Amino acid sequence: MLTSKRLILAHFWLAFIVFGAALVLGAWQMFVRSPLNAWHFNPEFYYRSVTAHGSAMGYVFPTLIAMGFGYAITEASFEKALIGRRWAWTGFFLVAVGAVVAMIPVSLGLASVLYTFYPPMVGNPFYYIGVVMVVVGSWIWVALMVINFVIWKRENPGKPVPLAMYANVAGCLLWGWTAVGAALEILFLILPVALGFKSTIDAGLARVFFSWSLHAIVYFWLIPTYIAYYTIFPRAIGGRLYSDAMARISFILFVVVAMPIGVHHLFADPQVGAGFKFMHSVFTGLVALPTLLTVFTICASAEIASRLRGGRGAFGWIGALPWSNPIMLATALSLVMLGFGGAGGLINMSYQLDATVHNTQWITGHFHLIFGGAIVIMYFAIAYDLWPHLTDRALDSFGLMRTQLWLWFIGMIVTTFPWHYVGILGMPRRMAYYDYANPAISPQAFSVTMSAIGGFILLLSGLLFLLVLIRGQFGARGEAGAYRFAVPLHMPARIPVALNSFGLWLALMVGLTVVNYGFPIAQLMALNETSVPAVYVGAGR
Amino acid sequence: MATETDHSLGEAVAARIERRWATLSIVIVGVLVGMAAYIGIHQATMPQGRVETADPRTLHLSGEFIESNLGSELAADGSVIVRAIGQQYSFTPQCVVVPAETPITFRATSADVVHGFLIEGTNINTMLVPGYVTDLPVRFKAPGDHLMPCQEFCGIGHQGMWGKVKVVDKAAFRDMAAAKRRLTCVD
Repeated sequence: MLTSKRLILAHFWLAFIVFGAALVLGAWQMFVRSPLNAWHFNPEFYYRSVTAHGSAMGYVFPTLIAMGFGYAITEASFEKALIGRRWAWTGFFLVAVGAVVAMIPVSLGLASVLYTFYPPMVGNPFYYIGVVMVVVGSWIWVALMVINFVIWKRENPGKPVPLAMYANVAGCLLWGWTAVGAALEILFLILPVALGFKSTIDAGLARVFFSWSLHAIVYFWLIPTYIAYYTIFPRAIGGRLYSDAMARISFILFVVVAMPIGVHHLFADPQVGAGFKFMHSVFTGLVALPTLLTVFTICASAEIASRLRGGRGAFGWIGALPWSNPIMLATALSLVMLGFGGAGGLINMSYQLDATVHNTQWITGHFHLIFGGAIVIMYFAIAYDLWPHLTDRALDSFGLMRTQLWLWFIGMIVTTFPWHYVGILGMPRRMAYYDYANPAISPQAFSVTMSAIGGFILLLSGLLFLLVLIRGQFGARGEAGAYRFAVPLHMPARIPVALNSFGLWLALMVGLTVVNYGFPIAQLMALNETSVPAVYVGAGR
Repeated sequence: MATETDHSLGEAVAARIERRWATLSIVIVGVLVGMAAYIGIHQATMPQGRVETADPRTLHLSGEFIESNLGSELAADGSVIVRAIGQQYSFTPQCVVVPAETPITFRATSADVVHGFLIEGTNINTMLVPGYVTDLPVRFKAPGDHLMPCQEFCGIGHQGMWGKVKVVDKAAFRDMAAAKRRLTCVD
């Protein structure tokens, strides 16, 4: 039974409003840099927009989803009210105010540094302060989730923590630790320069700190999606979860190996040596493991549901799945995008293949397919599934939901496949425009136009999504009943301590990060002639 | 009682299938990582081995990146060294000339913010981070012209930062090098 409905709804609504605004910016960016636009615009607006789009989509939107969903999971799975609701509101307001504080200088053109910061370029200090506020707000959530987890375990000795909550806390711990990298970069390297106490900065060291956060943040975005795969999807289609233990192992693997792999973003950088790049490449391979396990478990859970409904044959059962159910559709489309995106990720993981696509549109295509596609489509599914429980009103525009989900899938494929292709041709990313009159670039014009059209389809789908939710707010009143999670096919008689706690995994997470990041960071800190003059950016400079 | 047995039998089957898939997953990842490691060791396509530094404040005053030393140099052993600088919003030299079928080393750094370059139609792709020297061994198969855009956001003029690479015949390059110590496309 959900008791903090207003709190959870506030998180989801703010998240989706931010998402809608950032989506408009994204579609505009797709348009202005495509051959559809005749060139006359100020490129500075483009970088402003990219900064806002990235910061909103990367820092604010998924964080609010994870927070809101986390509170819902706590109350639904523990079947009691959240402990620390007032603190939760404090966290929410910190995120909201932080987002505004960060967006003001960005929209004024005072911090067009993109959401990845790129020192020695340094923007207005309020941009970084806003981002820090967002992160601190989310850390309150991390603390609350851990407190609720620990108290429940004390009250229920020997009982297994419900899978949804176990996974939720895994996501919290992952986020709590991965945010430390970017926090160190902002607090110790960028902010002193932005505030004018210092005028030099070690760009290489800053990039290493940022890479610590940059990859694992993706898994933080991913965790709500995986929780939905494991604990919402099987229940929504009338089946069972194939394996509870394997689900726990997958989330544990994310906690342990998501962090010590970030240097794969720096394969082409001169400030990290070959040895640690190789280490990080190997660990990046390992992080494919939980995804492979998940795909198996979810497909097997779907098969169980289908056979319960009378599905037959080696493949015939696929047709017997409840395809008109939006959660079924969203999950299937999500897995298809995860498949393509994951294959692209395995390509990026190897140094040799990465050299061909590094910093090209391939990368933009890759993370939009994984995050915007596979992950965000499940955020939609989570909202559709939770909405009646949050609003106490029926959410029954199923046809609209299916249209919206299909449009999102089609839009994402039409956007990202041409992006991957022009990336292989060598089209660099993060550019306000391209000279399509250049004979070496003109063959790419058609693909860029295609992906711009995909962007418009995504915008349409996003608007439909908001429409469905708004209609849900005015639907017929009706009690949705208790919110339940999927039940495993075979509930294990007892769960090993290791799969019901986090002590060991936390130690491994921190230990592996220290092993894989300790030396590169120490080496750069010991090099003293590498601090370079900051380059302040902003309108009027 | 019968259902109890069915249940535990089903559980055993489920666990067995799951173990098989987990083993297969580990093998897949192992093969991919093994491939990357093998190629890295045997074809020597490994990242830059060590960290070198260069102070962007004094690049133009002394050291290997002074202006008269930028461009392509024919080394005594027949290989070529290309020295270049990236700055907001151009490369120096803006057009790099290199011979085909020759081992070439790119040595480059940045004079201000983070830049990068990739050479279209090849897998040459690297970052320029101010304070550090990028050292990249490359080889071009055939003569031809390539675009060389900056691939990292470097400020509001980033979209205009496009260099060029002109790959010429080996003999033609040798003739050019006989006349001048450091070469660019204009020589």
